[in-house]
Amino acid sequence: MASILAFLQNFPFELFIIQTLNGIVTGMILALIASGLTLIFGIMDVVNFAHGELFMLGAYMGVIVLATTGSFWLALILATLLVSLFGAVMQITTLRPLVGRDPLTTILATFGVSLILQNYALWQFGPVARKINEPFTGHFNLFYLEYPYYRLVIAGLSAAIIGAFWLFLKYGKFGIWIRATMQDRVMAQAMGIPVPLVHTAAFAIGAGMAAASGVLFGPLVGVNHTMGLDWVLKAFIVVVVGGMGNLGGSILAAIFISLLEAYAAIWVNPSQAVIVSFVVLILTLLFRPTGLFVPTPK
Amino acid sequence: MNAPDTSADPLVAVENLHTYYGKSHILHGVSLTVGKGEVVGLLGRNGVGKSTTLKTIMGLVAPNQGTITLETKSITGMPAHKVAKLGIGYVPEDRRIFRLLTVMENLRTGLDRPGVTEARKHELLEKVFAYFPVLGERRNQAGGTLSGGEQQMLAIARAMMLEPKIILLDEPTEGLMPRMVSQIRQIIDVLHNEGVAILLVEQNVPLTLEASQRIYIMEKGMIRHHAAASELKVGDAVIKQYLGV
Repeated sequence: MASILAFLQNFPFELFIIQTLNGIVTGMILALIASGLTLIFGIMDVVNFAHGELFMLGAYMGVIVLATTGSFWLALILATLLVSLFGAVMQITTLRPLVGRDPLTTILATFGVSLILQNYALWQFGPVARKINEPFTGHFNLFYLEYPYYRLVIAGLSAAIIGAFWLFLKYGKFGIWIRATMQDRVMAQAMGIPVPLVHTAAFAIGAGMAAASGVLFGPLVGVNHTMGLDWVLKAFIVVVVGGMGNLGGSILAAIFISLLEAYAAIWVNPSQAVIVSFVVLILTLLFRPTGLFVPTPK
Repeated sequence: MNAPDTSADPLVAVENLHTYYGKSHILHGVSLTVGKGEVVGLLGRNGVGKSTTLKTIMGLVAPNQGTITLETKSITGMPAHKVAKLGIGYVPEDRRIFRLLTVMENLRTGLDRPGVTEARKHELLEKVFAYFPVLGERRNQAGGTLSGGEQQMLAIARAMMLEPKIILLDEPTEGLMPRMVSQIRQIIDVLHNEGVAILLVEQNVPLTLEASQRIYIMEKGMIRHHAAASELKVGDAVIKQYLGV
């Protein structure tokens, strides 16, 4: 009892609240990346190893459009659209010919695209990180910290994009086609749903979501050719923990894992806090391989 | 083979169909026709290739040889989504409703087609809800939570949303209680009266003989017998020989 009281007396409540906010902001970005990844897996059974590079490509597109137009918001919209278009072309040329083949072939294909994109970015932009300027630079006081408003805007925009995507899936004609195809590809075809087109559109949407998160997160981390690697690794963990192909599960898992990492960083070095994600991944695979946020089958 | 007269201008004509699953030769030259508005029964023991015949017509399995025509237009090897758009509806053996989609969303998968006006969509929905009132009551319920009979109704109603010229109906009464079976029997009549042709695969011989105008009997991936349904009875030697009932 005494030790509990001592722990509570020494508990850094202020830091805990700051880390909660940080965890939610990171979680929303991660949810945005993972939503695209889980959509692509859920609908095509494709583990897209190039997803991190689509995130990176979005950030670089953002850099270019921002440098040309000076508008962050235009950069966000154009980068999302251009990378969506790139995603559609990538799906048609690289993945569509592999439909029905061994899943390993799609893994190798997306891994190959990932290497090409990384090296192309290195060739074009060099190894020095580029900067995307924040659209505004205001702060507010959070205990002893000046907390940037932009971080809250990231969380809000990510939530808005995910929310809009959910509404599209729930009520849109194409959204119903996507959900039907995710559940039963063969029957979807038999109902006249053009499944190859749905696959391409879903891949383009996933790519666009990755690109949007790249532009949104660019101001916080700097843009370089390897920026996608860490994020895609975390996104894979989120997709497994949330349940492969389970969109809602991925969003919850992204916030859950980001909060755990943020809380762990109160007591350990942030680079060590990453270990928490892997521990959650291993425990999930051992005890609930279908995912933590998947309803138990009755 | 005792072949009755068939329409000179069939809605669907299958000619010398050969289908493989990998190296397994499943269909060995199946030929059959279905006329406009006609109900045709396809009988046979388990594993003789009845369902594969339907899947091949639907474009879900590619044939290795043979031709399939719909109103003289070749649909051989055409992707299923294009076959569906041309007017072939499919109700599979295991229903395969979209379990996480609501009843309404299941219906919308067939309803949200180009060229269908809102008024027509409304009409089609009213029609199926009149035939299957329980679907209207449960329109916002997930398909996976319906009973087996209700799921079968939903599978048929979903195919009807395509306004098909023909429905391929694969064992619609399998595992259903007698009350549901008679309801399925009634809906076959309703579809027939509306001019929708049906190719009916069934294990329920009396129902098939009652509901159909013509019967094909399959064995080992081939059509072994073809007769008018009125010429066959449950106890006939040919039925006993190929179906064991």
